[in-house]
Amino acid sequence: MSNWKLKIQSRDKWAWPYTIFLICLVVLPLVLIGVYAFTDSTGEFTLLNFASFFTKSTAINTFIYSIGIALITTIICLLLGYPAAYIMAMADFKTPHVIAMLFILPMWINFLLRTIATVELFGMFGLPLGEGALIFGMVYDFLPFMIYPIYNTLQKMDTNLIEAAHDLGANRIQVFTKVTLPLSMPGIYSGIIMVFMPTVSTFAIAELLTHNKIPLFGSLIQRSFGEGGIAMWNYGAALSLIMLVIIGLTSFFGGDKEDINR
Amino acid sequence: MKKTRTTKLETRSLWERIGAQSYLWLLLIVLYAPILLIIIFSFTQSKVFGNWEGFTFGLYQNLFTGYDATANVQVDPNLYRAILYTIVIAFSSAIISTMLGTLAAIGIYYMRPRGRKTLTFLNSVPMINPDILTGISLFLLFVFLGISRGLGTVIAAHVVFCTPYVVLSVLPRLSKMDPNIYEAALDLGATPFQALRKVMMPELWPGMISGFLLSLTLSIDDFGVTFFTKGSNGLETLSTFIYADARKGGLTPELRPLFSLIFLTILVLLIIMNIRTNRQQQKQK
Repeated sequence: MSNWKLKIQSRDKWAWPYTIFLICLVVLPLVLIGVYAFTDSTGEFTLLNFASFFTKSTAINTFIYSIGIALITTIICLLLGYPAAYIMAMADFKTPHVIAMLFILPMWINFLLRTIATVELFGMFGLPLGEGALIFGMVYDFLPFMIYPIYNTLQKMDTNLIEAAHDLGANRIQVFTKVTLPLSMPGIYSGIIMVFMPTVSTFAIAELLTHNKIPLFGSLIQRSFGEGGIAMWNYGAALSLIMLVIIGLTSFFGGDKEDINR
Repeated sequence: MKKTRTTKLETRSLWERIGAQSYLWLLLIVLYAPILLIIIFSFTQSKVFGNWEGFTFGLYQNLFTGYDATANVQVDPNLYRAILYTIVIAFSSAIISTMLGTLAAIGIYYMRPRGRKTLTFLNSVPMINPDILTGISLFLLFVFLGISRGLGTVIAAHVVFCTPYVVLSVLPRLSKMDPNIYEAALDLGATPFQALRKVMMPELWPGMISGFLLSLTLSIDDFGVTFFTKGSNGLETLSTFIYADARKGGLTPELRPLFSLIFLTILVLLIIMNIRTNRQQQKQK
């Protein structure tokens, strides 16, 4: 018995390399963001990095604007993606997985190149680049991330429940609002997180789709690490920490984290 | 199975079904329009994306010969270096992630609940973190430790965001595995390493493969993390190459045939895989 226990115990040690790896390359770097955010370029403690963010109206405006754009993108993705996922899950296609694959396939083309192609497409139809193009491009880039988790939950759903609801006299709208929708909430949560997180943090897509005219919060962060030397790093770290808080809050309220990865 | 199907769309009217299907196809058309554009314009030799200058395979020829015969110039050699680096980085990080992640998954599976919870949480952090934060935090780490950025740091960074997916693809295989076979192997005199290789690996293989493929995909598609960890020694992957290119204004025309080919390859692979699974399903029936 003790021998058996020993073997079991020895196997949990197999996770040690990864644990050390995670501490060095995930935990420590995130702690460093905090350290840089609360210090100046000489390493002294300061709150100036945050002060300069909260007093700069352009920075604050960009921040609010980015969150707004991310929210709009997420909502549009949900409104477009849910019906698509629903149809795919419920339809009697001979090969539902092929359709699901078709929605994922575009992701194999580098997203920057796809974004550039979208810019071209706008040019061909004579549409101006700007806010509209930005939202369209982001929806275009992240729609599959909304469809897939919702499709997955809907597909695993027990269809007998729908049948039961019908048998018990619920009409179709009632069946949807009382059975299907509540049961697909985990998928909706994952979809929202998977779309909101990248849209709120992107910088390259915004640059390409607006010809650098509309900076997003991500662009602010990127710029403070690109130019200006070390003095800007601390400011950039403060901005990163703010974003980290938003991401943390979103995933916390987004509920079941394990669902994101299915 | 047949019975549940009747509660689905079949009970709906014909018009509803047509409406539902056309909605899907409309979405797909919009989704594929830019890709189609890339493929179409890979068959013309214009420098500017969007100008049609007659049908030709010229760009494909340029891509493979590395020489633009009509303009008498070399195709940007950085493009080929970017392709090479993308492949090297993707395979190294996928291999490392698969090994690290598989070992970690086994460890996590046999851990006490508390350690297991902590590690699962830590494992989910790189997945939740947006690429810009992963990139910047690692950038600060490398600067802080005085590590010069280059190929090594990019691979390490890619391992960071790939390994969690390997862990999550291997874990379900472990719960399906008979827990006694590893002990049986040890009792029969195998060393832990032999037991891992000969007994556990065959069971975990499918999870490892899907983790590996996912890692490859994530690594090839990554931009944000690479951007902050690549340093300024001229190391570029395809993503950062395209970004730098687009910022300069002109996109290297040979990117169009390159991505058309990548897209078609993936498409063909998916079709083959689909046919194979269909056949297997039919055999099972």
